Amino acid sequence: MGLDIRLPIGMLFATLGVLLIVFGLLSNPSLYAQSLGVNVNLDWGVALLVFGVVMLLLGWRGMFGPRSKQAEAAASAGRETRH
Amino acid sequence: MGLTSIDWIIMAVYFAFVVGIGVALKRYMKTSTDFFLAGRSIPAWVAGLAFISANLGAQEVIGMGASGAKYGILTSHFYWVGAIPAMVFVGVFMMPFYYGSRARSVPEYLRLRFDEKTRGLNAISFATMTIFSSGISMYAMAKLIQTLHILDAPFKRFGLPQSWIFHTGIIVSGVVVLVYIYLGGLTSAIYNEVLQFFLIVAGFIPLVWLGLKNVGGWNGLKSSLGPSYVHSWVGMSNPHTNRLGVEWFGLVMGLGFVLSFGYWCTDFLVVQRAMAADSMASARRTPLIAALPKMFFPFLVILPGLIAMAVPTQSVTQLGTTAQGTAILAPAGHGLVPAKVDPTSGQPVLDKDGKPQLDYDLAVPNLLLRYFPTGLLGLGLTALLASFMSGMAGNVTAFNTVWTHDIYEPYIRPGASDAHYLMMGRVATIFGIVLSIAGAYLATRFNNIMDMLQLVFAFVNAPLFATFLLGMFWKRTTGHGAFVGLLSGTAAAAVHHGLTLPEEAIAGIKGGWIATIHTYPSEMAQNFWTAIFAWTTCFVVTILISLLTKAPDESKLVGLVYSLTEKPQEGHLRWYQRPVYLGIVILGMTALLNIIFR
Repeated sequence: MGLDIRLPIGMLFATLGVLLIVFGLLSNPSLYAQSLGVNVNLDWGVALLVFGVVMLLLGWRGMFGPRSKQAEAAASAGRETRH
Repeated sequence: MGLTSIDWIIMAVYFAFVVGIGVALKRYMKTSTDFFLAGRSIPAWVAGLAFISANLGAQEVIGMGASGAKYGILTSHFYWVGAIPAMVFVGVFMMPFYYGSRARSVPEYLRLRFDEKTRGLNAISFATMTIFSSGISMYAMAKLIQTLHILDAPFKRFGLPQSWIFHTGIIVSGVVVLVYIYLGGLTSAIYNEVLQFFLIVAGFIPLVWLGLKNVGGWNGLKSSLGPSYVHSWVGMSNPHTNRLGVEWFGLVMGLGFVLSFGYWCTDFLVVQRAMAADSMASARRTPLIAALPKMFFPFLVILPGLIAMAVPTQSVTQLGTTAQGTAILAPAGHGLVPAKVDPTSGQPVLDKDGKPQLDYDLAVPNLLLRYFPTGLLGLGLTALLASFMSGMAGNVTAFNTVWTHDIYEPYIRPGASDAHYLMMGRVATIFGIVLSIAGAYLATRFNNIMDMLQLVFAFVNAPLFATFLLGMFWKRTTGHGAFVGLLSGTAAAAVHHGLTLPEEAIAGIKGGWIATIHTYPSEMAQNFWTAIFAWTTCFVVTILISLLTKAPDESKLVGLVYSLTEKPQEGHLRWYQRPVYLGIVILGMTALLNIIFR
């Protein structure tokens, strides 16, 4: 399929990560009494951003990187032998 | 509920991506193979995550948390006994026939292997079932939106009546799923399922982490809930010494063998994901890759239920008074699990001992509200919505395929062009959703009808695995044998159900509607044994009738039956890519988890 799924996943999680980080930095610390004093928005936002960026890099390499042409060729060859 | 702009932004971003994926994939949908089988081009890991995500519907996230609160870690049997072994089996042994036969659906495999009537029976019962499952998902989602008061504030602001919230929940979820499947077909459903998989994981990890931190970790759970909650095998020798009310044999045979293999190995909803894989090797790896995260899902979806029961009660009363609009917490609740309240009288529902019943379905939602501040709350709710939508989308894609290939094409309009069937798939998506909406409203009006339908489906499904097992591994099995076997299996299930009753239940929908000749210690035990009876009857009758009827032509069974099919070549694969090795590793890890949490 023409679209590498890792790109939209990466974009979504990077976006969500950035949103949570910014909100975590700006929000009132008293908000986090509920989450046992941990600023979960900031912490989890960082985790989501890292995951998102890794997915974007993998997806980018998969779609436009040097290995993708080769992989594509191998996949289509596999399809032909099956039919 | 105190939702702020950040929560709404997070939900909006998610919905934009869901629909965006459908739009981005639209240009690739040129043939019916693209639409119904994702062009058979999905990499193994993507198909694998979609494989579990399609099953990760409402009953998994809310239901497994509810069972965790009710039964404790015993609920893990639904994974470590009732899922993983079957997933390994379908990948290692059955996928070569599904993928290799070039069948486009499970009913179509039945036509190739047996005959038209066996396929018709399976196609019609399966299509009906998917519609109702998707309807129930929709209903549960709208109900949750209502119970958690998610839309109350915005509705108030725009002056809309609160009674529309339920309808809005149903319509919006239906339209979103419709748009992305209509545009991008199975590829779109699979891509969104993978997205939803990661979202659910992302939403639940912080929940479990905060919850465990608060109750003092696993040891804290142990000391506050007692041993019956934290052991999965201790007490399984007798139904009266464990929370499930089932003994080990009924559990392993009924759940672990008949029900689990029947679902994971023959349900087109999940098998379709593997059929979309880009090669035979990928198709076989799909359920195995799915089994890896599935193995650890109990920690994500069951543990919150236990945590909700163990949270010190003081915080419950605080939550009830400070967070306005939170689900009503009757004083008789346990931890974060409130007592069930009768919606008409407003009084707590009591069991026959006069003790209030708990509303376990609210365990997970209440835990979210308890620990997640605004921001993360948006993410948590998005994860819940994602789980409902992936369950629904899985059913709708399975429906449009079975409808088009197994009902419309053979019985209504054979021999039309590929473009026509592609169009039909899109139309089927629309009326599949419309019918699901009708199913959702049926559920609101007639609770009993839904219970009854689910029961009938259970009767239909229980014998199915016997048919597939014989069909794939015994070349002498005939079409007449399979058909009569299936019908007798279903009849056996109905008769067994009609003759038995769980303890403390009244004869009727719970069983005993013919006469009560045996009483089971729990409803679950009755379900498992109904399945065992149905399977055994189907197995025996299929063999008998097959031996009495004319043997099938062996030349037509190549690629469909084990002994007549060339074994897949895997010499070029590395050891960790080979299904057999992968399967052994997975089973070993599962055994280890069972031992650790025995």
